[in-house]
Amino acid sequence: MAKAQFAQLQAEKVSRSVEMMDEVEIDATKLSTRELNDRLRDLMQAGAEKVVLRNVCGQRYIGTRLYSPEHRKMKIEIFGTPGNDLAAFLFGHEIIVHGNAQDGVGNTMDAGEIVVEGRAGDVLGFSMRGGKIFIRDNVGYRTALHMKEYEEKSPVLVVGGTSQDFLGEYMAGGIVILLGLGGKVHKGNFMGTGMHGGVIYLRGSIEASQVGSHVEISPVDDVDREILERYIGEFMERFPDLSLNKDQILKDEFVRLSPRSKRPYEKLYAY
Amino acid sequence: MKSFVFPEFQIVRDEEKCGQCRGCERQCAFGTHSYDLATDRLISDEYKCAGCQRCVIFCPKNAIEIRPTPSFYRPNASWSREKLEDLKKQAETGGVILAGCGNDKPFRIYWDHIVLNASQVTNPSIDPLREPMELRTFLGAKPDFMDIKMDDGEVEIETRVGPNLMVETPILFSAMSYGAISYNAFQSLATAACKSGTFFNTGEGGLPKEMRGEFGRCAIVQVASGRFGIDAEYLNCAAAVEIKVGQGAKPGIGGHLPGEKVSPAVAATRMIPTGADAISPAPHHDIYSIEDLSMLIYALKEATNYEKPISVKIAAVHNFAAIASGIVRAGADIIAIDGLRGGTGAAPKAIRDNVGIPIELAISSLDRRLRNEGIRNRASIIAAGGIRCSADVIKAIALGADAVYIGSAALIAMGCNLCQKCYTGKCNWGICTQDPRLEGRLNVDIASQRLSNLIHAWSHEVSEMLGGMGINALESLRGNRDHLRGVGLYEWELDVLGIKGAGE
Repeated sequence: MAKAQFAQLQAEKVSRSVEMMDEVEIDATKLSTRELNDRLRDLMQAGAEKVVLRNVCGQRYIGTRLYSPEHRKMKIEIFGTPGNDLAAFLFGHEIIVHGNAQDGVGNTMDAGEIVVEGRAGDVLGFSMRGGKIFIRDNVGYRTALHMKEYEEKSPVLVVGGTSQDFLGEYMAGGIVILLGLGGKVHKGNFMGTGMHGGVIYLRGSIEASQVGSHVEISPVDDVDREILERYIGEFMERFPDLSLNKDQILKDEFVRLSPRSKRPYEKLYAY
Repeated sequence: MKSFVFPEFQIVRDEEKCGQCRGCERQCAFGTHSYDLATDRLISDEYKCAGCQRCVIFCPKNAIEIRPTPSFYRPNASWSREKLEDLKKQAETGGVILAGCGNDKPFRIYWDHIVLNASQVTNPSIDPLREPMELRTFLGAKPDFMDIKMDDGEVEIETRVGPNLMVETPILFSAMSYGAISYNAFQSLATAACKSGTFFNTGEGGLPKEMRGEFGRCAIVQVASGRFGIDAEYLNCAAAVEIKVGQGAKPGIGGHLPGEKVSPAVAATRMIPTGADAISPAPHHDIYSIEDLSMLIYALKEATNYEKPISVKIAAVHNFAAIASGIVRAGADIIAIDGLRGGTGAAPKAIRDNVGIPIELAISSLDRRLRNEGIRNRASIIAAGGIRCSADVIKAIALGADAVYIGSAALIAMGCNLCQKCYTGKCNWGICTQDPRLEGRLNVDIASQRLSNLIHAWSHEVSEMLGGMGINALESLRGNRDHLRGVGLYEWELDVLGIKGAGE
């Protein structure tokens, strides 16, 4: 009982401070992961719509503890380097990172948007089911693994640079675009191994040896170009400083990776 | 290609008793029985029979008998019938042999070689009908020390204890997903769990939205490698969250729900397109180390605001106790271990029958390991895989488990006869199917009543045996191996179990 009362008092206190400000700032210096996420949760429950986090340095799970039965939405701006599992299980919030992100960004994310003005580490967008992720630079290994889609939910990941190995392994849905900006060559191997849904677009070209046996490499058609135009446009809106020329980019060569079969394991069993 | 495998069963119909009601024909989803208009008789295709005994039990005239076929291959100790037939099937198809249910091979069942103690003369036995018996169990991390405050003779606990699950009896329903089992079977487990003060485990197939309000409080929701049906609401509606790393029936491999079973309702619960294959990779691809596992454990604690215990389920394999120690240190509140005889809806038979270790040995080595390292209090142990009766439950607890999961036993309570054809989706008992006609055979009220009855009966038997040992709280039996003795076991087996031989 005492705990509930304390929480209520906390919420009221935070709520008063929220009313006084359009956006709330938190200095994350010396805050542990749990302390930082406690504050974010209190702010969400008090009705804050935008929170700016300064001096973030390795705190994990930012955005993860923001489930509310009312599906409250918050915008979180991060200065510094958030730790692993940024926005894991994200439930519709919007996160902008002015810097690099580490491993596990958007793990099992359900909805919302993540923008990283820098690079991101391994296992980005793992099992992501909805929402959008925009990464300005490169991403690490095992990106977009087992990404899925369901009814109106179809995740989108746009990466300005390129990725390491195992991109889109077990992919079951969604759209992944690697732009290879700044002359980045796609050197990742084992792309799309076990892929059985979704689509990957790469600007530039790759060798057949770089993809898994379940993947078909094909040129893009008009439908693909429409998809690319839309999401490259959205990418450019997030990163105006890059001063990209959309028409120029769209004229370049793209390849499409898609699954050869939606049932790669269909004939595995005796009877 | 002509199959060289002959039928497993012989169907004997007593023509004098048979009233040509065609009930058997309707009961069998495998199409074994059919009516021959010309002769006005029921005929049977023995090749199709799964041996599930549905027609036998539902024949109003008691006219059918299903027996093992008397046909045989020349007896050969090395080339058993099963070995011959599996080989033939593979020669005919080039495929993996699938099997349902648990390992049916004659590995030693240690439960049957362990006997319990009872009080005689001294430390008198207790009668549970007259005296209170405490079976209530708390599952979750317990603090290393308790700080207490004495105020005017009033004692107050100052240490904050992390979230624990309170079960009225140490028997929980093991993970069985909606998609593998039918909606009615799933709902029966949920209903019985809530009614009996225990928990059911959703498996990795999600928890249907309409069930979250009523049954979430008795649900342990699973997060497996496929991450199906997981969103923040799923995690937060439940009593606890379980990360499934491994399963006793198929340690080390993933799972595969074929598209045929992904009906619109199953698709909605798993949040994948209707008819799409649901593939669970062998490992979690965001977990390649204990540190990675710790990251997921804490991600789930964060996602549920540190309000729910996090369990990690692994299969009992050779070096699992060391791994389990790492799992406790990684922050798990509960460790579920699943032994060699754990069941499944579908597993490659080669794996089901050959991988893993018996749960009895596993419980004991895990409990000992965690005690030796001084971290036993930091996680509860739930043992699974081969619990068949209340005596198995109480022996598991005396070997060091906090509670047990039952899977096959729960299915048998609902009507399953272990025909091992779960993977066909044609379960005549309406348990392991998504066919609305078959599923409708399982009445939720009756099935949940059968499950509650089972829990009630076993709990009472546990109380009786406990009272017989002169113990009135299950807590006092946990890891208390002095109450166990082995019969017909080798020295090394007694050592691993940590028990003495009978008479010692």
